[in-house]
Amino acid sequence: MEVSPEYAVQMHGIVKTFGSFRALDGVDLDVRKQSIHAILGENGAGKSTLMNVLYGLYQADGGELFLNGEKVSINSPTEAIKHGIGMVHQHFMLVENFTVTENIVLGEEVCGTAGVLDMAKARQEVVKIVEEYGLEVDPDALIEDITVGMQQRVEILKALYRGADTLILDEPTAVLTPQEIGQLIKIMRDLVSKGKTIIIITHKLKEIMSSADECTIIRRGRYMGTVDVAQTNEAELASKMVGRHVNLHVEKSPSRPGETVLSIRDLHVKDDRGIEVVKGLSLDVHAGEIVGIAGIDGNGQREFVDAIDNLVHAESGTIEVKGKQIQNTTPRNTIETGVATVPSDRHRWGLVLPFSVAENSVLERHNEERFGKGIMLDLAKVEEFARGLIEEYDIRPEGCESQPAAGLSGGNQQKVIIAREVSGEPDLLVAVQPTRGLDVGAIEFVHKSLIRERDRGAAILLVSLELDEVMDVSDTIAVIHDGQIVGSFEQGTVTEEQIGLLMAGGGSK
Amino acid sequence: MPSSLFLLIGITLMYSTPLVFGALSGVISERSGVVNIGIEGMMMVGAFTASAVSYFTGNPWLGFLAAGLTGAIIALLHAFASITFRADQTVSGVAINLLAPGLALFFCRRLFDNAAMTPVYTTLPKLFGDKALAGTPYASLNVDVTVALGLVAAVIMWFVLYKTKWGLRVRAVGEHPAAADTLGINVERTRYVCVIVSGMLAGFGGASVTLAIVSQFTQTAISGQGFIALAAVIFGKWRPHGAYGACLLFGLAQALTVILGGGDIAIPSQLMAMLPYILTIIVLVLFVGRSVAPKADGVPYRKGAR
Repeated sequence: MEVSPEYAVQMHGIVKTFGSFRALDGVDLDVRKQSIHAILGENGAGKSTLMNVLYGLYQADGGELFLNGEKVSINSPTEAIKHGIGMVHQHFMLVENFTVTENIVLGEEVCGTAGVLDMAKARQEVVKIVEEYGLEVDPDALIEDITVGMQQRVEILKALYRGADTLILDEPTAVLTPQEIGQLIKIMRDLVSKGKTIIIITHKLKEIMSSADECTIIRRGRYMGTVDVAQTNEAELASKMVGRHVNLHVEKSPSRPGETVLSIRDLHVKDDRGIEVVKGLSLDVHAGEIVGIAGIDGNGQREFVDAIDNLVHAESGTIEVKGKQIQNTTPRNTIETGVATVPSDRHRWGLVLPFSVAENSVLERHNEERFGKGIMLDLAKVEEFARGLIEEYDIRPEGCESQPAAGLSGGNQQKVIIAREVSGEPDLLVAVQPTRGLDVGAIEFVHKSLIRERDRGAAILLVSLELDEVMDVSDTIAVIHDGQIVGSFEQGTVTEEQIGLLMAGGGSK
Repeated sequence: MPSSLFLLIGITLMYSTPLVFGALSGVISERSGVVNIGIEGMMMVGAFTASAVSYFTGNPWLGFLAAGLTGAIIALLHAFASITFRADQTVSGVAINLLAPGLALFFCRRLFDNAAMTPVYTTLPKLFGDKALAGTPYASLNVDVTVALGLVAAVIMWFVLYKTKWGLRVRAVGEHPAAADTLGINVERTRYVCVIVSGMLAGFGGASVTLAIVSQFTQTAISGQGFIALAAVIFGKWRPHGAYGACLLFGLAQALTVILGGGDIAIPSQLMAMLPYILTIIVLVLFVGRSVAPKADGVPYRKGAR
């Protein structure tokens, strides 16, 4: 593509290698001024690497960079900021116990004489930008007291305060609720109408379709083309990104519910601050059925799952699995009763990251006789077991059983967990946020695994913050709000809007 | 009775001053994200330097400044290990605490005819001059000049930390160094400066023992004050003013030791001498975990690691 001042950013033939690994292999990016340009690719495809080159965090090994038609080189974030490029990182770069204003001006403070801060004037400047771009946020609030969506606005304000014309947003919706995503898209449109250019890094197709003007696709460090979003659809984007056809919608046969496996009655649980967050929850899950729990984060999902797993104390109520009460016993009892859990945070709860894949694959089962006698662990048997799972579940890289789990990609880490949990043929599989942070290929795998387990005859409890996922995968959709199930529907008998209303606490069944 | 109250105040201020410098030393270092448990050692080196320089030059002020300098030099070692080489900061601090008494004793024996303590020398003057208020009930309020210096240091640190851009940056570096880094703030340099200032203040703390409270350097001149100062940092929630208040409390405990131990009340002096240390333990038990340290305190910063 020709170099022209019509483009805010042009990166041509960018190459970046880490050792022998070519993270970027001749990638092009041409971003029109005053447009929203999406960069789409699977995890590890090189999207973030490309943006880190643009932001000066990495130096490219080849290729050229043009801003507004002029060739430049950017060697540090400070230089990027000088060139009017701002970046909102996926993990926010905010000092939690500082105010909004302090975070925005940090590094470019408003000072009187001799470096003495003039916070009143700084506040005025912040208010001015807040009003100019309609990014409503309280300049005096502490970061730790505001929502994630608000924190993201502060990050955007930080870039605008430094005079950014081009904003890079790295996976901006990963941490937002559906409502906040809507607000963010509106903010992006407003910024573009006020002359800014926006680049968003994402692997979520739906958001590209609803926000971006153009989309550049990267697959394994290679440039796969740039498309006009108005001329394409989700399926086409997905296949370009993954390199094969992907089913975006889950295919499954109708469920044939059997006996009741999980039965929760009037459960009450307090959270770690001693506040009751599960307030009389009742729920049934049958064999051969997927029950999806839809709800906004923090409505008691974590606590009621923790109560099933016996990680927290239930104040009152009963949890029966196959007719046997398990509440307030031990996690081991939960496991031995036939419950397997795919936890919400694979790094914190699912894996011991420095342990090998083989060790991780027997975390719950290492004391079974087949893996060793007495105090000894038969590591050869453990590795053999892990090799079986690796082959069956196509966990990559091949032969990773002796490698630390930390070295695997997110999707493969999740495969290790699912393989481990499913290998015991549980009667009840609890999956919490099983596709969080995964790309479409891995999501498809997870969903297929859930359905396969269902068809084997297991009861599946799916807890997810992704409404699409719950609507798509579940046979029965139950809505949780304020610690109670406020509605339960068969798949296909309810719309996303109805569910959304119940999630927000509006209307009752 | 007022005179014994003044005496109590005077002695409290006297004993709290080395702690004040030590605690400020801890505050500035930890606020930038570097744990400094080597304060004890840095105070020891400062205490000896102050004595030796005062003895040879006859000028206690030179001794005071030299103590700050040697404290800063020792702190540079800590900065080098813990910032540049990202060593474990606790281990590095322990090393300094082990090294410092050895260094002080070595130089003491070299300079003073193989003696383990220095001869007597000129100490710093009293706040209102050495003869002022003598004979009046207020005599004990004519405290050492270091008491005033400690207060001034605390006020300056409070002002710098909360009212200037450098303070904002130091606090940002101690809480979220990656955030500071992406905004063009040099994390390593900020931490170096803070650790060196920390060493200087610890040196002053040592000097305010040997140039005011006693007039001779002995191996027991600094006996745990550095660690009590660390407790004061926690008790004071990593804030200069809070730490100052905590030091007054610990100073009061030591003053009570002196006053009650020497009077007509029959409490064995050995028990009384334990008071400051017991108080330290109680404070730590009650406040560690409850008061919140800077988030990045003790965590070496690696660019790119999040």
